[in-house]
Amino acid sequence: MLFFIGLGLYDEKDISIRGLETIRAADEVYAEFYTSHLIGASVQDLEKIYGKKVNILSRNEVEENPSWLINAKDMDLAFLVGGDPMISTTHLDLRLRAIEMGIKTRVIHSSSIVTAISGLTGLQNYRFSRSTTIPFPYTSRGNRVVPETPYNVLKENLERNLHTMLFLDIEDTRYMTINEGATLLLETAESFDDESLKDQLSIGIARAGSEQATIKADILENLRKFDFGDPLHFLIVPAKLHFMEARALLVLAEAPQDVTDKAIY
Amino acid sequence: MGKRKKIAERVTTLMDKPERIRNIGIVAHIDHGKTTLSDNLLAGAGMISMDLAGRQLFMDFDPLEQTRGITIDAANVSMVHEVNGQEYLINMIDTPGHVDFGGDVTRSMRAVDGAVVVVDAVEGAMPQTETVLRQAIREGVRPVLFINKVDRMINELRVEKKEMAVRLGKVIDNINNLIRNMDEEKYNAGWRMDAAVGSVTFGSALYNWAISVPMMKKTGIGFDQVYDHCKSESMKELADKCPLYIAVNDMVVKFLPSPSEAQKDRVKVIWHGDWDSPVGKAMATCDPTGPVAFMITKIKIDPHAGEIATGRLFSGTLARGMELYVSGVANTNRVQSTGIMMGAERVEVDSILAGNIAAVTGLRDAMVGSTVTTDAGMTAFEQIKHVSEPVMTVAVEAKNTRDLPKLVEVLRQVAKEDPTLQININEETGEHLMAGMGELHLDIVTTRIQRDKGVELKTSPPIVVYRESIIGEAGPVEGKSPNHHNRFYIELEPLKPGVVEALKAGQINMKMDELARRNILIDKGMDKGEAKNLAGIYGSNLFLNMTKGVQYLKETMELILEGFEESLRNGPIAREPAQGVKAKLVDVKLHEDAIHRGPAQVIPAVRQAMQAGILMAEPALLEPFQNVFIQVPQDQMSGAMSEIQGRRGMILSMETQGDMIMLKSKMPVSQMFGFAGAIRSATEGRALWSTEFAGFEPLPPNLMLETVREIRTRKGLKPEMPKPSDYLKAA
Repeated sequence: MLFFIGLGLYDEKDISIRGLETIRAADEVYAEFYTSHLIGASVQDLEKIYGKKVNILSRNEVEENPSWLINAKDMDLAFLVGGDPMISTTHLDLRLRAIEMGIKTRVIHSSSIVTAISGLTGLQNYRFSRSTTIPFPYTSRGNRVVPETPYNVLKENLERNLHTMLFLDIEDTRYMTINEGATLLLETAESFDDESLKDQLSIGIARAGSEQATIKADILENLRKFDFGDPLHFLIVPAKLHFMEARALLVLAEAPQDVTDKAIY
Repeated sequence: MGKRKKIAERVTTLMDKPERIRNIGIVAHIDHGKTTLSDNLLAGAGMISMDLAGRQLFMDFDPLEQTRGITIDAANVSMVHEVNGQEYLINMIDTPGHVDFGGDVTRSMRAVDGAVVVVDAVEGAMPQTETVLRQAIREGVRPVLFINKVDRMINELRVEKKEMAVRLGKVIDNINNLIRNMDEEKYNAGWRMDAAVGSVTFGSALYNWAISVPMMKKTGIGFDQVYDHCKSESMKELADKCPLYIAVNDMVVKFLPSPSEAQKDRVKVIWHGDWDSPVGKAMATCDPTGPVAFMITKIKIDPHAGEIATGRLFSGTLARGMELYVSGVANTNRVQSTGIMMGAERVEVDSILAGNIAAVTGLRDAMVGSTVTTDAGMTAFEQIKHVSEPVMTVAVEAKNTRDLPKLVEVLRQVAKEDPTLQININEETGEHLMAGMGELHLDIVTTRIQRDKGVELKTSPPIVVYRESIIGEAGPVEGKSPNHHNRFYIELEPLKPGVVEALKAGQINMKMDELARRNILIDKGMDKGEAKNLAGIYGSNLFLNMTKGVQYLKETMELILEGFEESLRNGPIAREPAQGVKAKLVDVKLHEDAIHRGPAQVIPAVRQAMQAGILMAEPALLEPFQNVFIQVPQDQMSGAMSEIQGRRGMILSMETQGDMIMLKSKMPVSQMFGFAGAIRSATEGRALWSTEFAGFEPLPPNLMLETVREIRTRKGLKPEMPKPSDYLKAA
């Protein structure tokens, strides 16, 4: 049996009791931290609370050569991920492969940033549209490439008056900051001669789920310079606000009054 | 050196009169007497003693050149010549004749407007005569003819007095046929060689005399007198009456164009920018007040002056302290000094004007072929095309490990000096690989590194460079990204030979006008629908995007092309470069979030589809061939023939000339090792031979597997020929 277990938002204490009990009863425990990272806890912290060794898997061991998977045929394996499993697309592929191999699977959920944002900002869940990720730019054949998809998705959503969640890239131990993400969006906007994005109300969230979470709303140009501190960071670009949402941002996200006033529909 | 300084002063007074300048190259088949001719011209200009001309080989200033008796680098000299009381400035470039150094010939042609083609009266037009003539005509460089070794024709071939003119006429006819076949338009426009008007000169560079029809009229010396002087061994007298340098320089001044005359046509051949722009107009009129347009044709690393960049100044004026743009580099370079070349020596002058050949220091970022300009937006000059490709590689290592950093720097330098040399690093072994035009080329480079740069080297035995290609078709082959979220479908087939040739000749690139490119491809036999979907070129391979309206494809294309290139840089058969492959992207499935289709996903997916596809499409290993021309006395012919046949060689033609046989043959480069020694002993040292690059051809099937195994073992790979499944990941 293969259990996909969500570890929640921030540290070793965000797991569900069912999840924790399943790990303690499991024969082997695996974890991947390249799609998301439990910032507030080290592997040692996890092992201490579980009383078990945790094997950290690389991207290759999850996606290309999951040789460990076969063990789930006659043992109970716990596969741990930050946030809620299956929010990261790659876990579905692993689950389907396991099922094809005749392995039973089960998902034990936990909280994810996707649901936490409503709690942190007051933005209403049903107003969110398609999310997107801002990748780190890369150099290919001597050219610097900044993918345009995040910008395009954002613009489509704004046209339809819906909020956008923007995940920020993780590469080994390099975590994209809100400042970098905002800069990349503005760079793409500029390449389309789009000046409007600079004044667009946006919300940055850092360290969601921790005691020291930072939530700040302002125009994108200002968020580009705001110091959000340690990772993980997350970016939201809301469409026009319901007056309740506007009030919430003033109170919960220190939004400047003039900015939210302009954003109310 | 007072004398040279004085010449330099006279040279500078002529530099601002473009109509009095001639930029010329001297080209010939090996051993037809280029360097001897150059020496005569130098002696005539007072730069060396006349007694030494023909013996000093002044232009071969590298001791290596003198000991081997061949010219390796193109060297430049500026000199002054007087015609009818008027002084002319002749900037001359001597070029190498050995095929291993052919790259230098191509590059020198860019700097000059005219060429003196030297042909041996006994041998006539030889294969490399044809090659250099073609290079000149392709670059828009006008030729005149010098028929050398007339004394040999008389004394060794024992040609009768009456026959002389007929024989020489045949040599001229041959050259004219070549020119007409290469460019009929120019031939009819006056580029035909005509002894009657004086665009042909006859003589003996070794004995310092030459004669042309105009000179015969002036001196009263005709073929009869020439014949008698040669027969009676009184050629010294002939040289006094008809000095070679006067006959040849007169011809140069009269028939070869000045820069102001030549540039309006040449600029159209070598530059494809806007001809109505300020720089375009300035080049067409050779305007010294226009923007600087300087094309680098040679870079030499001098232990004192640093990097000396030599080239042709097409417009503007170069002076110390100028800030110039080098094509492909954002920052400017500051000119530290400007000068002219006198063989190995550089003489500094205050400024150099349009139409001249300049030697400049301070251009750190310049490479051979770079465009250097004051106009940041200037279109670069057409790339200089090399006819030959590297066919042989050696691995080099520093003898002392502490020299390693120096070795890396030195290799960077030699690659800059000699663009026909390719330096690669084997990423697995960390070895530096040096690929060149042949055994001799690599040998010379190695010797020079040790001698001039002071790095002791260890070199591996030379290894032949192979190519990978396909004969059949395959696909669509599915490539999956490691995260399984993206799929690429690629079809493979061989490119038409005409397209491969056009690619190798550099006729097609992604920077040129799209319609022009499409027309060339269609003209070379490519399907219209395919030609308009060209997305990338790598070496002589093409990538076509045959999909329509696939979302997100545009921002993924760079990565797809990178995967395509990776698969061809180190081909799937034995990690040799691939050529002649046409890859068609016929379908794509991309994940909608950019994070799931980054470099780590797309590149391996495309690479694997390509690698497996090549192995499914009847993979072939190609080996380089060389044409080998051998001239041998009849009684030694059988020795030469068995040397060719014993090396998988083919005899292409056989001609009798007097008691000599001219053999044209073709041989795999892999069989050429030690050929020099073998042919010498097989013919008692009587054979003269030369080679030229003859392209890549598939290995016979029985040899292919064996060769693949050999290469793979040498590279530390699994020796067996790989299978498609080795590259396609199980789903």
